[in-house]
Amino acid sequence: MTSALPDALAEIRDEFLELPESERLQLLLEFSGELPAVPEEIAAHPEMSERVAECQSPVYIHVAVNDGVVALHATAPAEAPTTRGFASILVQGVTGLSPEEVLAIPDDFPQTIGLTRAVSPLRIAGMTGMLLRTKRQVRERTGLSGSPR
Amino acid sequence: MTVEFDTSSAKFAEYAEPGRLVTTAWLEEHLGSPGLVVVESDEDVLLYETGHIPGAVKVDWHTELNDPVVRDYVDGAGFAALLSRKGISRDDTVVIYGDKNNWWAAYALWVFSLFGHEDVRLLDGGRDRWIAEGREITTEVPSPAPTDYPVVERDDSLLRAYKDDVLAHFGNPLIDVRSPEEYSGERTSAPAYPEEGALRAGHIPTAQSVPWARAVADDGGFRPRAELEEIYRDGAGLRDGDAIVAYCRIGERSSHTWFVLKHLLGFENVRNYDGSWTEWGSAVRVPIVTGTAPGTLPA
Repeated sequence: MTSALPDALAEIRDEFLELPESERLQLLLEFSGELPAVPEEIAAHPEMSERVAECQSPVYIHVAVNDGVVALHATAPAEAPTTRGFASILVQGVTGLSPEEVLAIPDDFPQTIGLTRAVSPLRIAGMTGMLLRTKRQVRERTGLSGSPR
Repeated sequence: MTVEFDTSSAKFAEYAEPGRLVTTAWLEEHLGSPGLVVVESDEDVLLYETGHIPGAVKVDWHTELNDPVVRDYVDGAGFAALLSRKGISRDDTVVIYGDKNNWWAAYALWVFSLFGHEDVRLLDGGRDRWIAEGREITTEVPSPAPTDYPVVERDDSLLRAYKDDVLAHFGNPLIDVRSPEEYSGERTSAPAYPEEGALRAGHIPTAQSVPWARAVADDGGFRPRAELEEIYRDGAGLRDGDAIVAYCRIGERSSHTWFVLKHLLGFENVRNYDGSWTEWGSAVRVPIVTGTAPGTLPA
């Protein structure tokens, strides 16, 4: 399977890259505010969500695949706006894709959105953790092999 | 000292250096005092932007206190440029606060101390207590008048330990402030999970396990001195005159413990090993012990 960046994620990346570095944190903060609440049925079953250990804050993701469409949900505390911002980017960019499209997202996407210097490589690792775990869950739910790491 | 010490707290009075802490009430009352600069330093690089104490400037550990290339802190010129930009003078009183019970605030305080900035204090209870008490926060970012902070060479000899210093320190007390799982060397990673930051798990031989958060009371502030003495003297066996090295994964949680041992309990010789487990756990042929017992030194 070849790597290809879905349109929604490409748009988000371009939005960041068009801004001067000093203003990119502000955009990340806006994403942070847009992270949708998880649906009741997921919130009621925390055991169905997966903790993202790469993030120092408690972040949980939940991946569903219904009729060939992926839905990603994530929760992160308000005191962790950076992590919320990362989660929001992925939730907005992944939800609605086909499993194949999700598996084709390049693993280094978090390094390509121009935040490495403003946020630090260590913090970007949290977003990479979220992406890789999302892809692993999609593989588990669909039986697709995807691009092995 | 430019701004008077906070003498309002009976708890502080018990500590070796009561002047190293301020209460939220004291800070609120002194905001805007000449010679006082408030600094927020968080784990989360965006938290300051969501709202901070009025007039506080942000110092980010990752992007501002670290050298961007070498795994080290900024040098004297870099620190002078940073503090000048933040509007801090050499003799200013600096009060630092942050998230996570002041982890990163303690880290920043430790780095300020490497450059010998004399009057640097922590806000007891940190960011969470200020907000929980309903005190004012703002998203307005101050633009302080730049100062002319002098270039002072960083002195790593007294407060910082390198890996070789730790090897030479064997036989003296080591405090491992990570979680019990990190200390014992349990691995939780599974296939297709991103790798952890160190190649081996466990702890440095003879290190006592005292997770950093044991120094924090239920109210989010530091525990009273008597309770700290019980944890570190009775529990971990530290004694007057000991030379102590504390470490964690990258040195931030151990800064918190360093602050407790150095400033609250008054141990004179305490160093933070900032290379910590991400260095030790990947270094070739350094001794490592797994399990819950401290273990013994290699013969």
